[in-house]
Amino acid sequence: MATTAVKEKPVSPVRAGEPMHPRPFKVLKNQPETHDTFTLELEPAEGPREFRFAPGQFNMLYVYGFGEVPISISGDPAEPGVLVHTVRTVGTVTRALERLKRGGLVGVRGPFGTSWPVAEAQNQDLVIVAGGIGLAPLRPVMVQALVGRERFGKIVLLYGARTPDDLLYVRELEQWRSRLDLEILVTVDRALGAWRGNVGVVTTLFPRASFDPFHALALVCGPEVMMRFAILELAKRGTPAEKTYLSMERNMKCGIGLCGHCQIGPTFVCKEGPVYRFDRVKGLFGKREL
Amino acid sequence: MQTLEPILAEHPFFKNLDPKILQVLTGCATNVVFKAGEFIFREEGDAQEFYLIRKGQVALEIYAPGRGPITLQTLHDGNILGWSWLVPPYQWHFDARAVEETRAIALNGRCLRTKCEECHELGYELMKRFAFVVTQRIEALTLQLLDVYGNHRS
Amino acid sequence: MSEADQRGHTQAVFEAERLQNLVEILARKGYQVVGPTVRDKAIVYAELESAKDLPVGWTDRQDGGTYRLEKRRDEALFGYVNGPHSWKQFLHPPKARLCQAKRKGECFEPQGEDREVSKKAFLGVRACELAAITVQDRVLLQGTYADPVYQARREKVALIAVNCTRAGGTCFCTSMGTGPKVTSGYDLALTEVLEDGEHYFVAQAGTELGEGILREIPHQEAGEKEKQTAEGLVAQAAGNMGRTLEAGGVHDLLMANLEHKRWDEAARRCLTCGNCTLVCPTCFCTTVEDYTDLTGEQAERWRRWDSCFTLDFSYIHGGSVRPSGRARYRQWMTHKLATWHDQFGTSGCVGCGRCITWCPVGIDITEEARAIRETTVSQAAPSGKERNHANP
Repeated sequence: MATTAVKEKPVSPVRAGEPMHPRPFKVLKNQPETHDTFTLELEPAEGPREFRFAPGQFNMLYVYGFGEVPISISGDPAEPGVLVHTVRTVGTVTRALERLKRGGLVGVRGPFGTSWPVAEAQNQDLVIVAGGIGLAPLRPVMVQALVGRERFGKIVLLYGARTPDDLLYVRELEQWRSRLDLEILVTVDRALGAWRGNVGVVTTLFPRASFDPFHALALVCGPEVMMRFAILELAKRGTPAEKTYLSMERNMKCGIGLCGHCQIGPTFVCKEGPVYRFDRVKGLFGKREL
Repeated sequence: MQTLEPILAEHPFFKNLDPKILQVLTGCATNVVFKAGEFIFREEGDAQEFYLIRKGQVALEIYAPGRGPITLQTLHDGNILGWSWLVPPYQWHFDARAVEETRAIALNGRCLRTKCEECHELGYELMKRFAFVVTQRIEALTLQLLDVYGNHRS
Repeated sequence: MSEADQRGHTQAVFEAERLQNLVEILARKGYQVVGPTVRDKAIVYAELESAKDLPVGWTDRQDGGTYRLEKRRDEALFGYVNGPHSWKQFLHPPKARLCQAKRKGECFEPQGEDREVSKKAFLGVRACELAAITVQDRVLLQGTYADPVYQARREKVALIAVNCTRAGGTCFCTSMGTGPKVTSGYDLALTEVLEDGEHYFVAQAGTELGEGILREIPHQEAGEKEKQTAEGLVAQAAGNMGRTLEAGGVHDLLMANLEHKRWDEAARRCLTCGNCTLVCPTCFCTTVEDYTDLTGEQAERWRRWDSCFTLDFSYIHGGSVRPSGRARYRQWMTHKLATWHDQFGTSGCVGCGRCITWCPVGIDITEEARAIRETTVSQAAPSGKERNHANP
């Protein structure tokens, strides 16, 4: 089963011959988002002032003395002077990243991987389905899509999180929601009484979203279980696997297809992914322990 | 006075229901409106009715001492609210509160149960539709239970 | 280089004792000679000072989970097949430092890495090993990112190949189309002949370097008798393989049988010790580790061999994606024989048999493949997907 996925050339390749050497970047800002998530804004500490990437790509972030983790890029592709990463604290390195203050140094390798095919959604409805931290790699899509809004039909964001306190980019969500040409639907898995919004899984938002599933491109990112149900729901409504893209995640050590850790069957997630067209990974998705 | 028949017919729950059977139901139906914040039913109350939500938002809540009311699910236009009327002891297990002004059709439980005993075809149609709603609800609740966004470190 | 090109290169014969000349010539040309030698009751690859360091008069007996050295009745220099070492330890080293950084106040200052390596001559490279080097060339040099560590070493290596005149107990290179005769990618290829009291090498140059080396060894042009004797010995080896594997269609066979119960049976035996990945000449997986010294002044990034058999290998979000031994054995075997084709266009297996010999419980990859094939009810026609090395 071949998995030639969307392949976009890395737009800001690391120094030739040194893809394993981190480039030093300075922390401009470390903004808490939720109790376990924060957003870093970085700029290069030396060398070229710009860092270009395509939405969906990721970097390997290095903290001196701690180690490296793969984190997707969350910034605006049209603002290459600032590199933005939203990080969830799950281990030693991410906790070390969280402790960084303005002026702190982060080593960056990247950008690696494939990107969301935003241009392919032209003249169609663009449906973005995000769960939890999955909104982080999708944010650049929204930001990019809003520039040249007229390229697309309806743009819909369906976003699910654990509780209202776990919602990311709240201010930005509210700004987007106030636009007349965007549909933003948000739900949480559970909430205390004060929450006046939706409670239920993200699939419950589908009946209320107004997009034409037969003329839409769907981009899905979140925990695998959530993606599975979201894609099922999309298919039920008429959006086929060939028009659905998802972002996969596996253990990564090198990020450049040489260490073998990120394999799922015939594909390396750092090379042919993390963004895949669903029909190309359908046979791998949900297969136990593959 | 306009009958509720056309309103029932257009609700997604009764889609494709034989009009003759729908007619039988109509006798059990009333139009209801709940104000924002009003309780539609409360935990341990008698489950006398179920509701077809036409327009609005309803929160299913449970109250935990020390934690306050926890919203388990919100229901919207086209959803069904309540199935405890179907099975004894016909008691609600949660609170249902209108989050915003909500218009619904209330269908009386006892009336329906009687009619279902008399007309098995009506009973079967209702059961089929409820089975579908219940399975959908359980699947959705299962996902919530999985806590997919949680930080799992076992 | 194809067979056609080789016809243009010299074929010569020289006396066995002239192999010492070969070692000296290589040393004179600045190559560190690395080759087989007996150590700790095995034939391993190490630096050689002279031809005397070769495993003269030794042979090996190999089977599932078994390796023994035995004294031969003659003084053959290359009378064994292979050992626990492969050449990958020199080209794709078990540990390599990738980069360093020095602390500067709150910041760190990256430092470059010196990639200078010495020239090495691999003496005694078998056909399956040449094929394995070609496989690793594809993986480590021909992707979007080339590995600078492998590249630096690969460019400085001279390959002196040896045609096998005897097949090992676990060998199946003929099944994988990789041997026993070397066909390309070498500087010089030797076939050792011991017959009727004679002991000589038939040598075939493969490159300018090989020609140059051959010119300096006292030799004669190879006669028909010698050429045929050599060919005969190699053909004999081809006919005596210890194992066979039906390579045609194995990709589709395995991918269609991911839930076959044979995996459970293999799992019951497999210790997930990772020996197979250690000895396999094509396994390339590594991990990256970052260290700081005690003072925190100096940080180093190292790369070391890793194995898909460890639980850590696929760890994400608080758990391993492949927690069961069954899944990890399946991963290794399906990668080696099946998905390697999807990724790199060739098989990952060269038929050297090391994984069979060095498995402590003797799990046999050829037997596993056969068991799945024989108990599969229907098989799809082989797709064009798998390519064994005979049909690149």
